[in-house]
Amino acid sequence: MNFSPQLEQKFADLLTHYPEGRQRAALIPMLMFAQDEVGSITPDVVTELAKRCGITPLQVDEVIGFYSMLHRKPLGKYHVQVCTNISCLLVGGEELYEHACKKLGIGHKQVTADGQFSLEEVECMGACSWAPAIQIGYDFHHAVSPQKFDQLIDALRKIQ
Amino acid sequence: MLYNAPHPLEVKVLTRRFGLENSASIDTYLATDGYKALGKALDMTPDDIINEVKASNLRGRGGAGFPTGMKWSFVPRNVDKPKYIVVNADESEPGTCKDRLLIENDPHQLIEGVLIAALAVGASKGWIYIRGEYRYLIDIMDKALAEAYARGYLGQNICGRGFNFELYTQTGAGAYECGEESALLESLEGKRGVPRIRPPFPAVSGAFQSPTILNNVETFCAVPAILRDGGPAFSALGVPKNGGTRMFCLSGHLNVTGVYELPMGFPLLKMINEIGGGVRGGRKLKAVIPGGSSCPVLKAEECDLPMDYDSLMKAKSMLGSGGVVVMDEQTDMVKAALRIMHFYQHESCGWCIPCREGTTWLKKLLTRLDAGRGTIGDVNLVGDLARNMLGRTFCPLGDAAAMPTISIVEKFRDEFEAKLANYTAPRAQSSQFVVV
Amino acid sequence: MPDVNLIIDGKAVTAPAGTLAIDAAKTAGIEIPAFCYYEGLSLQAACRMCLVEVEKAPKLLVACTLPVAEGMVIHTDSPAVKNARKYTLEFLLTNHPLDCPVCDKGGECELQDMVFRYGAGESRFTDVKHHVDEKQWSPVVYFDAPRCILCYRCVRICNEGMGVGALGVINRGVISEIAPSHGDHLECDECGMCIDICPVGALTSGAYRYKTRPWEMQHVGTICTHCSNGCKTTLGVRNGEIVRANNRDRSGINNEFLCVKGRYGFDFNASTERLQSPMMRVGNGYEPISWAKALQIVSEKFSETKTRGGKFGVIASPHSTNEDNYFLQKFVREGLGSKNIDHQQSGDVVTLIDALSGKSGKLAAFEDLYKTKAALVISSDLAQQHPLLAFQLRANFRHHAMKMFAVTPGPVREDQYAKRSVRVEAGQELSALENLRDELKAAGELVVLFGDAIKGDAVRKLVDFGESLGIAVKYICLVDYSNSRGAVDMGLTPELLPGYHAAPAGGLHADEMLAAPDLDVLWVVGANPLEKASLASKAFVVVQDLFMTETAQQADIVLPSASAYEKNGTVTNVTGEVQKLKAGPKTMGAKPDLEIIGLIGKEMGVRVGIWTSDAVFDEIRRNVRGYNVPLPIIATGGAAVTAPVNGRVPVETRPDRVQSAGDTLFTSGSLGRYSKTLASVLEAPGALYKP
Ligand SMILES: Cc1cc2nc3c(=O)[nH]c(=O)nc-3n(C[C@H](O)[C@H](O)[C@H](O)COP(=O)(O)O)c2cc1C
Ligand code: SF4
Ligand code: FES
Repeated sequence: MNFSPQLEQKFADLLTHYPEGRQRAALIPMLMFAQDEVGSITPDVVTELAKRCGITPLQVDEVIGFYSMLHRKPLGKYHVQVCTNISCLLVGGEELYEHACKKLGIGHKQVTADGQFSLEEVECMGACSWAPAIQIGYDFHHAVSPQKFDQLIDALRKIQ
Repeated sequence: MLYNAPHPLEVKVLTRRFGLENSASIDTYLATDGYKALGKALDMTPDDIINEVKASNLRGRGGAGFPTGMKWSFVPRNVDKPKYIVVNADESEPGTCKDRLLIENDPHQLIEGVLIAALAVGASKGWIYIRGEYRYLIDIMDKALAEAYARGYLGQNICGRGFNFELYTQTGAGAYECGEESALLESLEGKRGVPRIRPPFPAVSGAFQSPTILNNVETFCAVPAILRDGGPAFSALGVPKNGGTRMFCLSGHLNVTGVYELPMGFPLLKMINEIGGGVRGGRKLKAVIPGGSSCPVLKAEECDLPMDYDSLMKAKSMLGSGGVVVMDEQTDMVKAALRIMHFYQHESCGWCIPCREGTTWLKKLLTRLDAGRGTIGDVNLVGDLARNMLGRTFCPLGDAAAMPTISIVEKFRDEFEAKLANYTAPRAQSSQFVVV
Repeated sequence: MPDVNLIIDGKAVTAPAGTLAIDAAKTAGIEIPAFCYYEGLSLQAACRMCLVEVEKAPKLLVACTLPVAEGMVIHTDSPAVKNARKYTLEFLLTNHPLDCPVCDKGGECELQDMVFRYGAGESRFTDVKHHVDEKQWSPVVYFDAPRCILCYRCVRICNEGMGVGALGVINRGVISEIAPSHGDHLECDECGMCIDICPVGALTSGAYRYKTRPWEMQHVGTICTHCSNGCKTTLGVRNGEIVRANNRDRSGINNEFLCVKGRYGFDFNASTERLQSPMMRVGNGYEPISWAKALQIVSEKFSETKTRGGKFGVIASPHSTNEDNYFLQKFVREGLGSKNIDHQQSGDVVTLIDALSGKSGKLAAFEDLYKTKAALVISSDLAQQHPLLAFQLRANFRHHAMKMFAVTPGPVREDQYAKRSVRVEAGQELSALENLRDELKAAGELVVLFGDAIKGDAVRKLVDFGESLGIAVKYICLVDYSNSRGAVDMGLTPELLPGYHAAPAGGLHADEMLAAPDLDVLWVVGANPLEKASLASKAFVVVQDLFMTETAQQADIVLPSASAYEKNGTVTNVTGEVQKLKAGPKTMGAKPDLEIIGLIGKEMGVRVGIWTSDAVFDEIRRNVRGYNVPLPIIATGGAAVTAPVNGRVPVETRPDRVQSAGDTLFTSGSLGRYSKTLASVLEAPGALYKP
């Protein structure tokens, strides 16, 4: 299977980052970047990256299952991640998550019917001092009140 | 650029460039005596560098607080294997959000710190392992690396001094356990983030089974200052055996939250009241997690202490990763205990029995207790199980799960009892943190 | 390494520095419980069962990764240690289903034993257990995840031990799970090692599951009857039928190893096609007759042929015991006065013995494979045809970094770790060796294993090459079946008597017997020569076999014989170790070959000796060069190395007749055809090496 020229370039560079014979080290970055482009980690991606890293598909599966950011099923176009860990919890993270469920009409690790949004209750994302925090895709949003959350979602809804 | 307004009580060493125009660019860096420390280091012997770091009393900022100079000195000298540097930017300890700022605002400071470490041990390659959620930091870091290569601070014949060093970023993919040094190395090698049997320690056999220095972002970021102003000067900023400043991440029920660089040994109450502007809404302080969620919590009355490794050790807690989580009088400690356990259960790698099964059982018990159901027996069981995980797991994650739990059941047992007493109707589903 | 002195539970212990505490304790007779620790496999320190108290250490330490040091004081049963074990087990049981009453492992489960010995009486866990449904990964491998305690033994034996890598760990934390190579099914050797090595009932055998309780079986230690490697196998026999074969007690040369044939290929024994009564050809069909009648007919024919100096042809088997074979050739040569006895040779052992004449200690024994600094495999796919040898060599590589050299026509599994792999056309093997000369020499010590592509002069050239290296070199001539080596040793060829003494010239080879127009009697004992060849003469054909083989279907009289699993006696494996067979199951109506031969002789009034296996083995020890082995070893189920013969083999051999059947991992000559399990594995999606 082929990826975009840019991604192929990225992969080519990656493989030069490690000591001779240790190219397997590129696996996790490759999985992350491939997921960003393909939308999820499909069986094809698994076999392809296994080939490129010189390991078995099973060895790739072992890795995928371990990391919570690697998904086999497609996420929404906008993956909304709400932190409810301690610092966020103290300042309304849990209420924010419940609000998000209502606002998007979906629950943990679910995707909206139109495939636009997916929701995930996540662990500390390193925004504790600006809590409650959420990430939409890779973008951070800090001190998110339910109102601010609605504005963010509505804005995204407008885009499409 | 994410950073909070500086506070007059801050001592800005690592954060001195925060807020400058394009603080992340190499020009800003060079204009503010960036890479000067590297020049100095290039004129020093490895031993001199390590001794300077030893003299600074710098202790690891990742959590364990191990003396950095000593760690570097463990790297074997004459072995024919290549040597590596690994930067731990996995920053996943709940309550901690400092490494993020250091990379975002001043990536070259980190690069320079790494280069000096490389000189100290004769390393040829390095990786900055950044947690997957921090994708934007990878872009910032890659840009900085490109600048450094372009200006001859990385690559072949650095500063024309025949010193070669390659530095790369590496992304994680969502696993707290990959912050643990040996698990990080496994992850760096493209495997599951399961810790390694130690010894051998990374200094002897680390990345790709070669001698490796692995330190936290903040630890490396302190190094340029140490070389520039001298180890003793840095040490003097702090208190004995706890040199320099450190980044404290204030979060929770404070009027002002944010990340502040304060001298080691800064009084906790002063931090809460003057930096944090006191507890929100004039409420009373109930408890503080002093260094990330792995640390035993301190009750309000225990908070009158200086924030350094040894003082917190004396108070039977830890300085940890600098995540100061403040809880006011209305905080539901049972729920806090549950949320913390929920985290460790979710992040347990599953390798060893006590952590894998212990965290799962504890989460079930705490879920029940948080809902007001269960019995006094369950409360005792929580403490008993946590105490019997402690020190028996394969890596310290098990301890990290046990310690806060033990402290909460011991110090706030009355809240567990009150919940059981006041139990009426079942609570809403969502409080049970269904994350798997 | 120098020895260090330490104290374990008050006992003074001395062990080489670097020894793991758990092993040091064992030498002192102290058991430190463990799940994930498994001798010979990589260390995990995952189960935390082996925590011990070490004086001056701040906390309990795991004995499975703790190297002993001078002056160390260890306590393995202090209150703290006992308490830690109790909690570990209680934690373990929180997600382990307590379905012991129906679990295959019940009664021989390490978790049960641990809880019994070290566990808590009651569990305080009152919540819901994590459940996943059971999966079938292959016809013979089932996985029940909830029972799995994640000790990773299966993963390691498959990756490290077998070099297959068909098992891995997916997911994280409490939902971590062992997974097979191809999503929902296994693609592997189907060796079943993962099942045996599993301390609990998470991995179960399709052939055995839910058939019985372990204590309802007799456990009979005998030798696998399939390939020549000679694995010890423990048959679980219930009501005279084999329900299981394994080697969990790690006895015998093969330690825990058994391949798919050894573990599942026993079911031919209970095949409905087993012959249970003598048969006589009537018209073009067969009728059962009594043993008395059959023996009478056969003996009359034999006597009549003998007295008028008629021509016998006798073809024997590489599966029969040394006793069967020794007694048979003696009966034929002395009793019937015929020189015409032969069997199918699958490797040119004879030429090797001859080429090594005058030298001693040149035939590699099994243990050499684990000790040698280097090994050279020529024209054989060990993983397929000699799985135990492959397993042992891999262990040597893992533990001692042995250097492997593979010179083969196609890719072989040894390539994974071989220092050098060379691909050669048939016939080019020896010339390829020259390029390896320096590397082989540098290795300092070598064991050479060669298949049937190397025979006759090639064997002599190979030995010349080996001896020219100037290092210690030993040889293994690879042969097919459980007693292929013994058959040659026992003189089952026309030109050789037992122990490689020259036989009077003029005896016929098997193919010559079949081709001879004037053959009067063809007597086939456990072989199937007419599967591919045809019989030129109108000879009277007597066949002893388990099944109505192609050969049996041309017999005048068919005598049902007992299988190796139903016999006592000895067999000699490819590396020359003699081991004892112990009769387990029984098939009504069938008799051991030795007894049949004896009875025929009795009918004829021809006596060549007592036909009990002990008596015959005693004679073998006295008469057969190299077989004067210590009885106790054999008697206790051990393997006794036959002392290599020494001296020329003064005969013209016919190496061109040497031919391996080329079985794969999943086939076993005629026998294999009667194993339903082997067939089912071959049909399954994951089957490797389709024949
Ligand atoms: C479960 C666990 C998680 C950890 N997470 C981190 C982390 O996110 N960042 C970090 O720098 N150190 C983390 N550590 C500490 C590292 O193992 C290691 O001690 C540290 O990075 C060494 O660098 P230092 O000496 O500069 O502190 C963690 C340790 C454990 C046991
Ligand atoms: S304590 Fe055990 S299960 Fe937990 S993270 Fe460490 S190794 Fe994994
Ligand atoms: S607790 Fe939510 S970002 Fe740290």
